[in-house]
Amino acid sequence: MQLDELYRQVIMDHYKTPRNRGMLDGEAVSVQLNNPTCGDRIELQMFIEDGKVKQARFEGEGCSISMSSASMMTDAIKGKTLEEALKLAEQFSQMMQGQEHEEFEYEDMEALSGVTKFPARIKCATLAWNALRKGIVQSKHELDGGSNES
Amino acid sequence: MNAAEIRKQFPILDQEVNGHPLVYLDSAATSQKPLAVIEAVERYYKMDNSNVHRGVHTLGSRATDAYEGAREKVARFLNAPSASQIIFTRGTTTAINLVASSYARSVCKEGDEIVITPMEHHSNLIPWQQAAKATGATLKYIPLQEDGSIALKDAEATITPNTKMVAMTYVSNVLGIINPVREIIKLAHRHGAKVLLDGAQSTPHMAVDVSELDCDFYAFSGHKMCAPTGIGALYGKRELLEQMEPIEFGGEMIDFVELYDSTWKELPWKFEGGTPIIADAIGLGAAIDFLTEIGMDRIEQHEKQIAAYAMENMAKIEGLTIYGPRRDRAGLVTFNLDDVHPHDVATVLDSEGIAVRAGHHCCQPLMRWLNVSATARASFYLYNTEEDVDKLVAALTKTKEYFGHAIG
Repeated sequence: MQLDELYRQVIMDHYKTPRNRGMLDGEAVSVQLNNPTCGDRIELQMFIEDGKVKQARFEGEGCSISMSSASMMTDAIKGKTLEEALKLAEQFSQMMQGQEHEEFEYEDMEALSGVTKFPARIKCATLAWNALRKGIVQSKHELDGGSNES
Repeated sequence: MNAAEIRKQFPILDQEVNGHPLVYLDSAATSQKPLAVIEAVERYYKMDNSNVHRGVHTLGSRATDAYEGAREKVARFLNAPSASQIIFTRGTTTAINLVASSYARSVCKEGDEIVITPMEHHSNLIPWQQAAKATGATLKYIPLQEDGSIALKDAEATITPNTKMVAMTYVSNVLGIINPVREIIKLAHRHGAKVLLDGAQSTPHMAVDVSELDCDFYAFSGHKMCAPTGIGALYGKRELLEQMEPIEFGGEMIDFVELYDSTWKELPWKFEGGTPIIADAIGLGAAIDFLTEIGMDRIEQHEKQIAAYAMENMAKIEGLTIYGPRRDRAGLVTFNLDDVHPHDVATVLDSEGIAVRAGHHCCQPLMRWLNVSATARASFYLYNTEEDVDKLVAALTKTKEYFGHAIG
């Protein structure tokens, strides 16, 4: 069991200096998600305009894997359409299941492939991405004229 | 007590994990099982497997004798007045839910109080939240002292003549605190309240005498005390159990069935609907024999020594915070390393073959009280040695260095 396969430098770098941490001002889609088995928690905010993610930020508490994954995810989805963001989520899910996946344009994310060797930690890595999926469903619901309740 | 000899009776401990000999420090979550228990379950399935209280054939009689024999063992182990006051359940959670759903809901009404503490495991918290919501009773908490312990003056201020139920853990699964349950039971009884003790973390580790404690209900799980998973028991005072209605209907608990009404069997069977958990109850009986032979007092003594040794050596690690009081505690140490999330601690320890728990330990309100989102916990049992602690301390030092270097 090689710890360095999990804790790659790029992951520790995101953990130490997370990108996009802190909340947005103004109107944004906001999603809170926690991992009930361990207590990790994330709040994701996305400012969506013309079907694109203009801004994404997060707050949360969690381990190096969950927080670095959130840092990378928020960076990776910026400027993407909701469909492209969902496609990234799908790619990430494939990587977590150890399946063949298209390489990420945002290279840092490949570092998280080491998580597949530590099955107990996959849930940590996917927390932010699950929040993203939930946020996209919520934003579509709001666009369709539904209520703001999630 | 010779832990090294005892260890040999646990086949699972004789293995390597990630290239290191396994150091199992997660017994508060579930304990390992000795060969005697594994073989008792195997013997039942190989030789005696049959339903209980039904067939008149030989296997049916053997299964019934073994199942009811296990109940007798539980009664003796807890010093309950009679085996009929021992109800087999799936574990502590089911036992507490039975009392909260049946007893508490029938006696509590608006204006009454149910008293618990902020250190409760979710399984001794949510059933009372639900019972309070269903009856209109008020859920009250005895506040915690700075070190997490309960002061009797606070218990006195919280428990009133309106209190119908007090439910609390005997030993905290996070803080290792052994609560002053004798005094609180006396106090509750003075106000006419009944007391349920959550014995999930006490029964495996110390001699428990429900008659001497004078508690009204006592719940525990087998799997934390060398028995299989899925078996536990509820002890209750006879008059209370007799007054309670079952919450599961069908199968083994039935006496007479008419088209529009039915009657229940007598205690304890009226609470054991369906085919009971036969093999695992027999396994629990074998676990009790195993623990009794070693002696609960010796087990408690051994764990206290290991925990004291662990506290002393872990406290030397700079940047390591230990939660809960320093003295008079059970055999577990809950901690955090500065700047390293407990998951990350647990992963590095696992890479060294050391199994600890990381997370909220099913005590989210207590985590909030501690002002942390999660903690790591090393919990000890009769098979742990000081050498296990030495390995833990060395691995924690390594964890600190690893992350100190990685995070910079």
